[in-house]
Amino acid sequence: MAITVGQVPLAELIGICGPGRVVSEHQALRTYESDGLLQYAVVPAAAVLPETAEEVAAVVRACHRAEVPWVARGAGTGLSGGALPVAEGVLISLARMRRILEIDLENQRIVVEPGVTNSEISAAVGPTHFYPPDPSSQIVCSIGGNVAENSGGVHCFKYGFTTNYVLGLDVVLPDGETVTLGGSELDRPGYDLLGTFVGSEGTLGVATRIILRVSPKPEATRTVVAYFDSPEQAGQVVSDVVAAGIVPGGMEIMDNLAIRATEAATHAGNPVDAGASLIIELDGSESECTARFDEVVSLCERNGANGIRIAADEAERQLIWKARKAAFAAMGRMSPNFYVQDGVIPRTRLPEVLRRIEDLGSEYGLRVANVFHAGDGNLHPLVLYDAAKHGESERAEELAGKIVEACVEAGGSLTGEHGIGVDKKRYMGKMFTEADLATFQRLRCAFDPDGRVNPGKVMPTPRLCGEVPGPYRQHPIEAAGLADRL
Amino acid sequence: MTDPSAARTERPATPEAAAAVMAGCGAEGLRLRIRGGGTKLGWGRVVTEPDVELETGGLDRLVEHNAGDLTAVLQAGVALERAQAAFAEAGQMLALDPPLGDGSRATVGGVVATADSGPLRHQYGGVRDLVVGITVALSDGTLARAGGKVIKNVAGYDLGKLFAGSFGTLGLIVEVAVRLHPRPARTATAVGRSADPEALQRAAGAVAHAPLEADCLDVAWASGAGAVVARFGSGDPTARVEQAAGLLRDAGLDVEIVFDDDGFLWESQRDGQRDPTGSGAVVKVSALQNRLAGVLRAADGIGGAVVGRAGLGLSWVRLPEAAPGDLVAGIEELRRRLQPAACVVLDAPVEVRGKVDPWGEDPSALALMQRVKERFDPAGVCRPGVFVGGI
Repeated sequence: MAITVGQVPLAELIGICGPGRVVSEHQALRTYESDGLLQYAVVPAAAVLPETAEEVAAVVRACHRAEVPWVARGAGTGLSGGALPVAEGVLISLARMRRILEIDLENQRIVVEPGVTNSEISAAVGPTHFYPPDPSSQIVCSIGGNVAENSGGVHCFKYGFTTNYVLGLDVVLPDGETVTLGGSELDRPGYDLLGTFVGSEGTLGVATRIILRVSPKPEATRTVVAYFDSPEQAGQVVSDVVAAGIVPGGMEIMDNLAIRATEAATHAGNPVDAGASLIIELDGSESECTARFDEVVSLCERNGANGIRIAADEAERQLIWKARKAAFAAMGRMSPNFYVQDGVIPRTRLPEVLRRIEDLGSEYGLRVANVFHAGDGNLHPLVLYDAAKHGESERAEELAGKIVEACVEAGGSLTGEHGIGVDKKRYMGKMFTEADLATFQRLRCAFDPDGRVNPGKVMPTPRLCGEVPGPYRQHPIEAAGLADRL
Repeated sequence: MTDPSAARTERPATPEAAAAVMAGCGAEGLRLRIRGGGTKLGWGRVVTEPDVELETGGLDRLVEHNAGDLTAVLQAGVALERAQAAFAEAGQMLALDPPLGDGSRATVGGVVATADSGPLRHQYGGVRDLVVGITVALSDGTLARAGGKVIKNVAGYDLGKLFAGSFGTLGLIVEVAVRLHPRPARTATAVGRSADPEALQRAAGAVAHAPLEADCLDVAWASGAGAVVARFGSGDPTARVEQAAGLLRDAGLDVEIVFDDDGFLWESQRDGQRDPTGSGAVVKVSALQNRLAGVLRAADGIGGAVVGRAGLGLSWVRLPEAAPGDLVAGIEELRRRLQPAACVVLDAPVEVRGKVDPWGEDPSALALMQRVKERFDPAGVCRPGVFVGGI
């Protein structure tokens, strides 16, 4: 879809990064053909591995001059194809930018390069502090990717998302200029471009320096897992906990299929005949945790829990979480292929949406396992299928689409944390009107008027940026009928 | 010299009618000012008189309150106080508690457009953290929505954050969807007093870094004496407030605890963010937490009083009534002492705001901000000149 595409300036890239950090051989480039969503694969024309912000800026300037599109990539764990390369473009890997630049615990700040992993940040500020957003891939996923995707995790109902913790960014814009958005201090004057950049899925530029806020580590953590006949019952507990004014660190539900898969993978000790499991974790001060924990346990009992397991120590707590965090990986044991969705619903609509998912599964003759961040209504239905069976991939994809539509119809969202990427862009019209999408495009055009940064992501159809505010001129691509002007 | 008043007033009653007013202004090149409760009209640069004032009072629907989901949808003209009363009936709150201005008239739209905040920001974040969806009307008549009404959502660009604090320069905020929180059943506040800025900074730091999850953590300072004020809420905040009191005592402060009837302490913190006289000034300082003592001393140096979010590094320095020339000198002195911290002038007489740029130095990304403005308001009619760098 790119607009006008020039030749990749290979010699110039080698001049910037050196021959060892520029990849142009097809087989080697296949490393970058997919991110965590393997259904999509595109081999880029070249990949570069800059080690400094200056190198990133120089690479972007070279691409800008040569009119070549580019895509930034962190650890490549994304689940929406957000880091899918462009065939005629450059892939900029931030994997070599892994320095922690500054730790300032007195001010609850840490400054890092984008390739640092999510777990490394908590480790760097521990044991007194931690970095709350904790996607399941936290051991490998990079903070730059988290910034691009506004990643969540299992603790975000209480603690919020990446966007609530990013204070400042150095960003290389599509023309190669570097700007600082936000800073070490809160509320710098001007538009909150920082807030619009976080979660923009790599379409507005690339962050090279990231200032984060970290939190004091909670004094106490109490974890319980309760088992129920159905996810609806577990969902009722979640509603009751919230109604009681309790804000747990995490609340996670798995259905029977997910329990069986994760139990086979982790042997965490969850009963494989349970209809649903609900993990509730309270954290905070010792007194508050103790006071609220009994309340949580009795709410589980009152809603018909037929088994309750309280983590006796940190090891048991880790085991409980291991089962949950292994859910996606464990699905490989249940099915050769699976398709993950990430829809969000208002929590109170959970029973009806679960029924709808079940009905859709029967209609399409496919199994659907459910794991979800119950506090914030973020569902991860996993559609199981066998790609080797004729037509099953297509059916699975169609079913996944119906599920996500059901979420939007219930007043929710297409995606809670995985992003739109390439994978969900075709559903954007289900959630947003043409006027909404055109308004999104205004922001994109302010950052990237030539449409060369991560093209083909987020927006459902290719769009051009008009000139502002000068008189109307027809773009050659528009004249050829290949794209519409907003 | 007074703030300019508008030639014509429009009071649309529906989002579509509001978009039509916007379109009319854009098409005819009429300069537009948006007015909610009119409690913060004097913030920003002094600009020429608008041709049209769009009052949001007709957009006063509390569209949804989804108590079970802890979310709500509010039109811009809803008075924040009225919304809070509705949420309180369900034991909930919108965790935004900025000063509400004269007659408590501050509206949801005005608070979002100025990104104003109060003591609850310590635990719950600011406008940018609580708005989960937004509907806006642009100067070409576009009526568009971003975000949604669920608390977790990454579909599309986060235009709620772009419009939060945009001072009406990008378009009209028509409606917002917000995240709510449970209202604590009980509250208790520890107050630790001292005349030593370093002791106050130390004490505030100790509470901020303790795993006590204070709802609010403020500082107050005037005439060489001050206090750290920490509020806790929940079913029973006793244990935590006593722990906090211990930390304040350890830092050398004189401590008392107020159980339940602690609202007056926080009213006073909010009041300190505004100038009630019309001839004083309020400067909002964005600094790091460990510069708190420096902020208090700098305020002393210009005869100012301070309230602030001690755990966040945000302070409001209030200068008492004075001649405009003295206020200008005070603001410039404060900026000099606290650089590179941003010092944004909020309340100040128009003569003062004409002499010092209320926003201070231009931000690094000013050119990009100008490009954003051009895209959202190509006609350039939305309050031109009032914002950073003359946007």
